[in-house]
Amino acid sequence: MRFVDEFRDPALASTVLERIRQLVESPALRNRETIRVMEVCGGHTHTIFRYGLDQLLPDRLELIHGPGCPVCVLPREYIDTAITIARKPDVILASFGDLLRVPGTHMSLQQARAEGADIRTLYSPLDALQLARQYPDKIVVFLAIGFETTMPATALTLLQAEAEQLHNFRMLTRHISIIPTLKSLLDDPTLAVDGFIGPGHVSMVIGTHPYHFIAEHYRKPLVVSGFEPLDILQSLLMVLAQLATDRARIENQYARVVHNAGNRQAQVAIGSVFESCSRSTWRGLGAITQSGVVLKPRFAEFDAERAFGCEASGEGVDDSVEGSCCGEVLKGKLQPQDCPLFAVQCTPANPVGALMVSSEGACAACYQYRKGAH
Amino acid sequence: MPDITAERIELVHGEGGARSRELIERMLVAAFDNPELNRLEDQARIELAGLMSQGDRLAFTTDSYVVEPVEFPGGNIGTLAVNGTLNDLAVGGARPRFLSCGLILEEGLELALLQRVINSMAEAARDAGVAIVTGDTKVVPRGKADQLFINTSGIGVIPTNVDLSAAHCQPGDVILINGFMGDHGAAILQARGELALEANVYTDCQSLHTLVSAMLAVCPDIHAMRDATRGGVATVLSEFAQASSVGICLQESELPVRPQVRGMCEILGLEPLYLANEGKLVAVVPRQSASRVLEAMQRHPAGQHAAIIGQVTAELPGKVQLANAFGSSRLLEPLAGEQLPRIC
Repeated sequence: MRFVDEFRDPALASTVLERIRQLVESPALRNRETIRVMEVCGGHTHTIFRYGLDQLLPDRLELIHGPGCPVCVLPREYIDTAITIARKPDVILASFGDLLRVPGTHMSLQQARAEGADIRTLYSPLDALQLARQYPDKIVVFLAIGFETTMPATALTLLQAEAEQLHNFRMLTRHISIIPTLKSLLDDPTLAVDGFIGPGHVSMVIGTHPYHFIAEHYRKPLVVSGFEPLDILQSLLMVLAQLATDRARIENQYARVVHNAGNRQAQVAIGSVFESCSRSTWRGLGAITQSGVVLKPRFAEFDAERAFGCEASGEGVDDSVEGSCCGEVLKGKLQPQDCPLFAVQCTPANPVGALMVSSEGACAACYQYRKGAH
Repeated sequence: MPDITAERIELVHGEGGARSRELIERMLVAAFDNPELNRLEDQARIELAGLMSQGDRLAFTTDSYVVEPVEFPGGNIGTLAVNGTLNDLAVGGARPRFLSCGLILEEGLELALLQRVINSMAEAARDAGVAIVTGDTKVVPRGKADQLFINTSGIGVIPTNVDLSAAHCQPGDVILINGFMGDHGAAILQARGELALEANVYTDCQSLHTLVSAMLAVCPDIHAMRDATRGGVATVLSEFAQASSVGICLQESELPVRPQVRGMCEILGLEPLYLANEGKLVAVVPRQSASRVLEAMQRHPAGQHAAIIGQVTAELPGKVQLANAFGSSRLLEPLAGEQLPRIC
C-alpha cells in the first residue's frame, strides 16, 4: 500500500536501527548510563508498542511515554458533568467512542447509556450538527476534547452551528494546549529526560516554532515525528545525533505533513472561537497555568456548562485512584507495568484509570501488546 | 411471488389468526418449501434412520442475528442467519441437515424487505442442501425491535471418526485460514454510511461445510476448527490457546487481507485480525498434513485464498503472538469491549 509500506520497510528499519546502535555506542554517548527520550504523543506510544520498537532498541536507550493522550488527562469531573447533562430530559449527548469507557467518579458514559441516557457515538463533530438538525426538539451536546489536533474541527463545527443558528446545539469543551503542558513537564525537577519526540498532528496545526523555547531555554532536542515505525526510528536517530554532538534544536522529521509555520487556517479557526483560561486541572498532571481553552463570550449560548448550570470548578478535585500510579505513568516516571493495579485490577475491559482506556494510553497500549510477555 | 395485500407488517400478523397463517403460508412456506415444513404441524418430525447413517453424534447449535443495517453489500440478515448457523455446525465437523427459523418482526416492517430476507434464507439453505423445517413468527410494537431479528437453530450429524476441539491444539501444529480476513466487518462499516468511506468491500458470508468436508477428507485428524465471526481471527486463536494451554505465533506478513480492507483499517485505526468474518474458518492441523490440507482448501471455491498464517508453540501458553517483519512481536489479546456495534 503506497504511503504506508514505505514507512514500514523492514530493510530500511534495520539500517536505521544499526545507526541508532552505533550512535548509542559512540564515544560521545557511551558513557551515559541511560539515554531517555520521551515520546510526547499517545499516537507514537501506540506505534512503539504495536511494532515492538522498544524491543529492537539498545538497552541503554529508554523510551518514556508522555502525557499526549487527550482522553487520559481528562479530569474525572468532566465525565461526571457529561453524565449529569446526559441524564437531563430531552438531551442527546454526542461523543467519540473512546470517551464512553472512561471511568467517572461513579460510572462511565457507557454505564449511563445502559441506564437510559441518550448517548450517541460519532466519527466527526459535524455529525453532531446533523443530530441537532434532525432533532430540533432536543438539545444536542457534543463532547469536545483534545489537544490542538482536534481544536480546529471543534472550532469549525461551532462556527457552522452559529452560521446555521442551531439554537439546540451545545458543546462541553475541555481542550488542552500542548505547549503549557510541555513547559510544566520540563519545570518538574524530577523529570529526567534527555530529548523529545514531538507530536506530529498537533504540530501540523501549530507548526514547529512554538517549541523553540525547549531547545533555547531547557537545552533539550525535540524532533517532530510522523507515526509510522520508520518515522519514529528516524526521529530517534535525529535526537541521538543532536545529543552526540551536544546540540539542542527543534527539528522536523514529519516535513511531509508538518510545515514549520503550521496550518494558518486552522490557527485562525482556533483563535476565532477559543481563548486561553488561566489555569486548568488535568488528570495525572495537576493544575497547569494557561493550559486550557474556553469558548469566547460570543459563543456563550453554545456552552453546555453554562446552559445547564454545571460549571466545573476546574480545581481542587482529587482525581487520584487509590493504589494507582496514573500520574507517575503519565509523566513518564513509571512504566505502566510498574503500577500495582496494572493488569490486575485495571484492564481495558475494566479500566480503573483513563490510561487504560484509549488505545493511545500508555497502559492500554502496553496491556494490549505486551501483557504476559514478561 | 405471493400476493401480500398489506405492504407492512402489522401486529395482527403475529397474533396467530388468519393473517398470521396467511403470512406464514404465502411467504415462509412458499419460500422454504420442504415436506417437513409443509405439514405445518407444531414441530418438524425427522426420521432418525437417515441421520444415523451419516455418523454417530448429533450437533445442535443456535444463534440470533440482529445485524444493523439489515441489508449490506453482498448479503442481508437472512444470508447471515442461515450461513452463520450452518458454519457453527460445520466447524464441529458436522454435516448440517436441518434449520429452524424464528422471526421477531417490528410493526411497520416493509413486507418487500421481509420477502427479500426470506428469499435469501431460502436460497442459502437450498445452496447448502439443508431444509428449514420449523419456525415461529412474532411481531412486536414499533420501537420494540429494530426491523427484524432472526434466530436459527441447526442440527447436523458428525461422522464417526471426526473429533474437533479447541482443546486439541498441540505444539508444532500449523494454523490455516481459508481466505481474506475482515471483509464482513468492513462491509458492515461501509454500509452504515457513517464514515463517508467508499470502498469495494463485500461481506464474505458463505457456508463452509463443503470446504470442511474437503479438508477432513484429506486429513481426518484436523485438531481444531472455528469460524472467526465476532471478535475476528485473533479472538478465535486466543480461545484455542487458552483451551489447549498452548502458545500461538502468527506471522504478520502472511496474513491475507484485501488492500481495500487494509486501507479502511489504516484510516480508522482498526485491526483486520479483530474484524468480523462470516465465511472464514481457522483450522489447526498437524504439521505433516498442513500442505495437503492447504491444497484441498485452495481447490475449493470457499478456500481459493487459503494460507498458512502461523503455528502452535509451547511458549507463552494461553497467549497469541504476532511476529512482524522487524523481528519484534506483540501479543494479541481477545477483543475487549465493542469494536463495532451489531455486526451479525
